[in-house]
Amino acid sequence: MSSVDIRQVTKTYGDVHALDKVSLTFAEGEFFGLLGPSGSGKTTLLRSIAGFVNPTGGQILVDGTDISHIPTHKRDIGMVFQNYALFPHMAVFDNIAYPLAVRRVASAEINLRVNKILELVQLGGYGSRRPRELSGGQQQRVALARALVSRPRVLLLDEPLGALDKNLRQQMQIELRQIQREVGITTILVTHDQEEALTLSDRIAIFRKGEVVQVGRPDDVYENPRDAFAAEFFGSTNFLKGKSLGKQGVLGAVELSDGTRILTSYALPSSGSPITLTVRPEKVLIQGEGQAVTDQGTSLNVLSATVIQPVYMGASVTYQLSTSPADFSVFQQNREAKRFEAGASVKISWLPQHTVVLDA
Amino acid sequence: MLKIRNFSYGYLICLLAFIYVPIFVMMAMGFNESSDYELPFRFSLIWYQQLAGNDVLWRAGSNSVVLAVASTMVATVIGTMAALAMARHRMRGHAILQILLFPPMAVPWLILATSMLIFFYYSGIGRGLHAMLLAHVALSLPYVIIVVGARLQSFGADLEDASATLGANPWQTFSRVTLPVIAPGVAAAGLFAFGISFDQFVTSYFLAPPGVTTLPVEIYASIRKGFTPEINAISTIIIVGSMLLLAIVSKFYQFGGSK
Repeated sequence: MSSVDIRQVTKTYGDVHALDKVSLTFAEGEFFGLLGPSGSGKTTLLRSIAGFVNPTGGQILVDGTDISHIPTHKRDIGMVFQNYALFPHMAVFDNIAYPLAVRRVASAEINLRVNKILELVQLGGYGSRRPRELSGGQQQRVALARALVSRPRVLLLDEPLGALDKNLRQQMQIELRQIQREVGITTILVTHDQEEALTLSDRIAIFRKGEVVQVGRPDDVYENPRDAFAAEFFGSTNFLKGKSLGKQGVLGAVELSDGTRILTSYALPSSGSPITLTVRPEKVLIQGEGQAVTDQGTSLNVLSATVIQPVYMGASVTYQLSTSPADFSVFQQNREAKRFEAGASVKISWLPQHTVVLDA
Repeated sequence: MLKIRNFSYGYLICLLAFIYVPIFVMMAMGFNESSDYELPFRFSLIWYQQLAGNDVLWRAGSNSVVLAVASTMVATVIGTMAALAMARHRMRGHAILQILLFPPMAVPWLILATSMLIFFYYSGIGRGLHAMLLAHVALSLPYVIIVVGARLQSFGADLEDASATLGANPWQTFSRVTLPVIAPGVAAAGLFAFGISFDQFVTSYFLAPPGVTTLPVEIYASIRKGFTPEINAISTIIIVGSMLLLAIVSKFYQFGGSK
């Protein structure tokens, strides 16, 4: 187990900053997700840790030692590639034994350790198969076993589940997390799949244009996105633009373009400054026009809305609504038999603590 | 359906006959007693006996084999290294370097041989087996680089990157991963190089000083002097040898298929 410290790492290609003074700390045994659109720098950072990319500036420390100038093969890392990169001319056993064989481990111990890890990834008895004879999920497990067998200090995962179909991917997410916990290795995952990052990571960092936008626990980043990019990239959301009216009692108030007042429990900038608010679709309650809005003693935000389109998804319904300040999408569990049709007039409401104030 | 199948079958037979009939006739005549290709055919090993005593032809043959083996080894090794450099590193003028590989294959060998003769004359390299070796290597290199390069393209650098993350130093990565994976391509390239050298007439003819010949040059000389079935005999030996070589290689590597 090891900690990894990224200090002010910069990588430029000509005028383009692939990484711009990125600083992050990965704690011992932590599962850390690097999330962002393609070209945001997450892969460049992972490849810098692996030693395939030479950063233009900054330091990469593992357990306090700068590894920036150590070649890849001496960095003591394990990596799972998007296409697995299994050696096609070797059987599964030899693929997994490879990191031990190049380190000149005695063959009796190689046997022991390879067979043990084959059991861990539930591939006992597959040792003599060729990689091409295995399914995608099995190949993924071989790649994981090969990356872990030499007990490296850090495990790097480059979109490891990207090539699998959805059902298998969900199953492998659970297995991957279990194996990672069992081994206890510091793991850094690159993904553009927000669900994957949510399921697997202890903490995540959201990347944009070579910079880290936000770092935190997945639930914290989801509930309290720092800016519009983080909010939109991590799940779907609604935006409202307006200007701050400052604190009014315990809550802050915001006036939208059409005069509607929205309450928030978040801190507001000084009165009069323009701000952007965001509300997650599942925080919003949708009710019929005539139904009383029960506010249970708290101040609710209430808007009148018209249903543009209900999108029925079995377990849930997502309503596209129009309100006077903005279009709104609202997520509703399919618990009641009654659903609203297009054109219906409805009321939507949410709590002030769900009105998130974003950085400009 | 049956008709179409019969037709394809017949078509293939005709095609193969077109290629093989002249060869079989020649092989058969090597075993015919008559020196003037007279029929009826009377089996005899007389031409093989004469061949065994033909020192000039034997020397030419051994020159050809030595030259082909040497130029194959040199061209395959340095060509593979060049292909690796081109496939795995981006360098200045990369595209131009790659494009420049093709013209030597399109330019007629006669012209290349002329240019080499002139260059070797002025540079003091002169003529002889060493000059022929240089020429054969130069002619084979583009083929080797392109064949090995194609194999390197078909698997990306990921396998080598993976090997490095798993703790293998660059030499271990090359010997345990890169080389085994590209081996079929290297073998095919070697066969090309061998064929180009062993078959090489023009450059050898130009660059051979008096008294030094290779098999193609000597066969050409003998034909001019008067064609004897000895040539059929040695050609038969070469054909059988090439076929054996191909059979051995294809036993280890499936051409066209993935290994």
